[in-house]
Amino acid sequence: MHRSIAKRRVVERTRLVAALAGLLVATAATAGCLGKDSGNDSGKNANAKEFSLTIAANAISGGKNAAGADWIEKWVIPHFIDDQKAKGKTAKVSFQPSGANDEDYKSKVALDLRSGSGADIYAIDGIWVGEFADAGYIKPLEDIVGADKVTPWEGWGQIPPSVQGNMSYNGKRYGVPAGTDGRVIYFNKKLFGQAGLATDWQPKSWDEILTTAQTLKAKLPGVTPIQLNAGTAMGEATTMQGALPLLVGAGQQIYADGKWQGNTQAVRDVLSVYERIYKGGLGDPVLQQDAKGRDKSFQAFAAGKIAILLEGDYFWRSVVEPTKGVAKMADRNETVGYAKIPAMRPGGGIRNQDFVSMSGGGGNVLNPNSKYPQQAWELLAFMNSKDATIAQLAGNARITQRQDVNNQVLSGDPMLSFVSTQVLPLTAYRPGFAVYPQVSQALQQATLDVVSGKSPADAAATYQKTVEGLVGGAGKVASG
Amino acid sequence: MGVAGQREIVASPATPTDVVGLGRLRAVGFVAPALALVGIFLIFPALWTLYIGATNFRLTGASARSPAFVGLANLQRALTDDTFYRSLWLTLVFVLGSAVIGQNGLGFTLAWAMRDVHRWVKRTLEALVLLAWILPSSVVAFLWIAMLDRDGGTVNELLGRTPGVAWLIQYPMAGIVIFNIWRGTAFSMMLYSAALSSVPPSHLETARLVGATGAQTLRDVVFPHIRRYTLSNTLLITLWTFNDFTPFLLTAGGPNHRSEIIAAYIYNTAIVGGDMGYSGAISLLVLLINLLMALVYLRAARVRRRAA
Amino acid sequence: MTAFIRRILFYVVLGVGTVFFMLPMLWLLSAPFDDPPTYAVRAPRHFSLHNFAEISHNRYAVSSLLNSTLLAFGTMALVVVAAALAAYALSRARVPGRDALLYVLLLLSSVVTGTAAMVPIFLLIFQLGLIDSHVGVVLVLSGGLLPAAIFLLKDFIDTIPRSYEESARVFGASPLQILRQIVVPVARPGLATIAVWTVVQVWGSFLTPFILLRNPDKQPAAVLVRTFYTEGGSPNLGLIAAFSLIYSIPVVLMYLLAWSRYGFRFHGGIKS
Repeated sequence: MHRSIAKRRVVERTRLVAALAGLLVATAATAGCLGKDSGNDSGKNANAKEFSLTIAANAISGGKNAAGADWIEKWVIPHFIDDQKAKGKTAKVSFQPSGANDEDYKSKVALDLRSGSGADIYAIDGIWVGEFADAGYIKPLEDIVGADKVTPWEGWGQIPPSVQGNMSYNGKRYGVPAGTDGRVIYFNKKLFGQAGLATDWQPKSWDEILTTAQTLKAKLPGVTPIQLNAGTAMGEATTMQGALPLLVGAGQQIYADGKWQGNTQAVRDVLSVYERIYKGGLGDPVLQQDAKGRDKSFQAFAAGKIAILLEGDYFWRSVVEPTKGVAKMADRNETVGYAKIPAMRPGGGIRNQDFVSMSGGGGNVLNPNSKYPQQAWELLAFMNSKDATIAQLAGNARITQRQDVNNQVLSGDPMLSFVSTQVLPLTAYRPGFAVYPQVSQALQQATLDVVSGKSPADAAATYQKTVEGLVGGAGKVASG
Repeated sequence: MGVAGQREIVASPATPTDVVGLGRLRAVGFVAPALALVGIFLIFPALWTLYIGATNFRLTGASARSPAFVGLANLQRALTDDTFYRSLWLTLVFVLGSAVIGQNGLGFTLAWAMRDVHRWVKRTLEALVLLAWILPSSVVAFLWIAMLDRDGGTVNELLGRTPGVAWLIQYPMAGIVIFNIWRGTAFSMMLYSAALSSVPPSHLETARLVGATGAQTLRDVVFPHIRRYTLSNTLLITLWTFNDFTPFLLTAGGPNHRSEIIAAYIYNTAIVGGDMGYSGAISLLVLLINLLMALVYLRAARVRRRAA
Repeated sequence: MTAFIRRILFYVVLGVGTVFFMLPMLWLLSAPFDDPPTYAVRAPRHFSLHNFAEISHNRYAVSSLLNSTLLAFGTMALVVVAAALAAYALSRARVPGRDALLYVLLLLSSVVTGTAAMVPIFLLIFQLGLIDSHVGVVLVLSGGLLPAAIFLLKDFIDTIPRSYEESARVFGASPLQILRQIVVPVARPGLATIAVWTVVQVWGSFLTPFILLRNPDKQPAAVLVRTFYTEGGSPNLGLIAAFSLIYSIPVVLMYLLAWSRYGFRFHGGIKS
């Protein structure tokens, strides 16, 4: 390590620097292949007698989203192979599961698509569509398969346009959605009863929610009245189950008429709600900063420690579900109440609505470099057929992408039919722009700033600055 | 653990002659496999990463399709970015607290204390310390999450506190510093055990006879013998700790970036944010900072040796 | 008297140290056998092997451990052999700028093992046609671990006296023979330590195999452990505890083996 002759050191160092510089130049030349684009031919291998396809999803048997993985392996693949055999074709279909967090899975999918290889069908989140499309990783279905094949598909007639929009970008369909969801306010009826509140609660304004929370706080020590997702630790959950439902309740979409919401009255109103909840002692600010805060809020709600929680129908189906949920509530049907999310004041929501909601959901896209684009589309359509969608439910109700299936299965679950009939007509979707996830992060940071003590005005000003940097200047950001 | 014998023969570090007759050609041949592996799978991607640092490349979005060369813009952005400085500061605190002071100090203390304890005690403690170092990082991260959990974690149970303290939220930096001392002390301990066995027992005996205090013995007898080890130990653990990702598994850099050390910052920039260009530029800065620290160490070592 | 108190104090401090190092690990011994486990370390309330039964139903559990073993030992073999050769040559021959070179490599290794290098690594392995192959993962991991391995081994070999080699040379042994028959036996504790160190590093590595492997049957245990989280991200404590234990046992055994056979240390000095 330590040599004493200084002169030699200098010579060695110079030699080393020269060598490194040479390598750097070589690297730069090679790295030219960083950005590339390839054309494609929708007709290739259209008449192949034998073909092989791969489906990839962030689901794995025995772990994450096991039901989804089992459905693909045990229903979709064997049935599709049989189906093809009847047409005289030999299909070989495999499934490529993953069980990672969304960010890691997204990176992996992006790298696979970038290299022009990978699976033929990928399950991705609806909000990735814009950035993947801009990157050239995915293409409109009609470009990959041909409009003559895609447009006539019977499924489009069953999937509401707003849900299709979730997997579309710039007016083009990039994939087939795999269902949708809606957000409501959950509350614990037992706790409401103990506090002397009506158990058929339907708040009509934000003030009413906060007043109710005050009552709960006064009557039920040891119970957190309301937990509203905040902060960056829970990522998109903060935006979808916190900031955005409030924002549409204040009458604004995060993106409208070519402008993103910046330091506007609506954003400041939203942040004030966070201030009133977390500085007013109505919510637990420490829980909100926990890296596993959302899961803990589930556990606490199930244990009767949180009275009011804003969540999606996922919470009902998979969290407090009495037998298989992650935070089971044996008495869910009796104890858990749900209500529509009110606008700030009646009529104050987007489209002058009294009540609002947000929806999202994922779907499946085709790999533009698929060796068998026609057959991949056939498989994709097959996965979204009525039979396949019913099979996917495996007896559990969920809001699917298809109206015909929803009509059939949701009647058995009052909560999900409530979402389907009362909430979805009011709902809004996130903008499918590539920059959206970054704006969303800025919004999460703004809520976190308020929870950790900044004033809503300061947090909104910082947020405005960040968004300007993200979307390319103040001209694309609404403020004032 | 094999304790080295009576006397260690330290070869002088700069023996210029080719005593074993290796010959230049054969020497190159011996180095070649390692060099090839390192060249292709380390130097090449590392330089490529640094090159990406000079582009606006993102993992997704329009700049993924056609990344543009932006020169030093990413570096400029980092150097004017408060979040980068915050992260750098946290990293320095983390390195200084958990590695330079924590692991070094505890590792030496353990090695020193265990010279003359019962063999059985020595073996047990050593095994525990090494176990902490050997268990896979996802496992130890989970063990510590279980230890420090707010409701029902072992520490809160022992203190009998309900509702407990959310240790990793209220004291995130202290949490990861203590965690990393626990995690990494083994390396320093082993190194110092070996180093201490290079101190001639006769010197220690003499010190005892002339009635030197413990501190005097350490300073005048022990330290001169182990300085070389202290140096390479500190160099290595500094480098490893600086780039250690495991704390991310405990706190995810939070709450509100309060434990977002450099490795977490790069992860959040590259994977969560998808901003490959910026994270490449950060990597370059990290490289330069590590280099700077190494030079400081080497300089300090030279000065001390001259003074000695 | 003061000596006595000092002795007591000494053992108290040692005791605190023992508790500090042991406490977190106790969870690994208690929670897997509890149903349902909690975060706190406690004697299992309902002793049960249910968690292990559930793991045994996971069809990737066994293959993931085999894959980890394959990756770990493949990388270990490559790293130990390449590092030993290089460290010996660097220790014994005059290579210009070797210390600076080693240090620059160490620095670069910290860049490459970080997440920032993910894209280059993936594209490089893709161009080499090694995606979804264990070979690709082994090569990438080896490249990242080699600099530190060489650095440590070279320090180790530096402390081995040359007199043995010189006399062997006098009797006409070739350098490779000297290396095999004299240096390797003497350096065994160092080699064993590097081997264990490599296995430990590979055993815990997540991102590289996750990105480079596609087929779940090829994924190592470090990747599988992440799948015991629900889609909402909450951990399944029972499965995580049980699998963590199973997942840890091989590295612990390997370390114990190396320790009992060769001793375990990073720095030289030979037994005389």
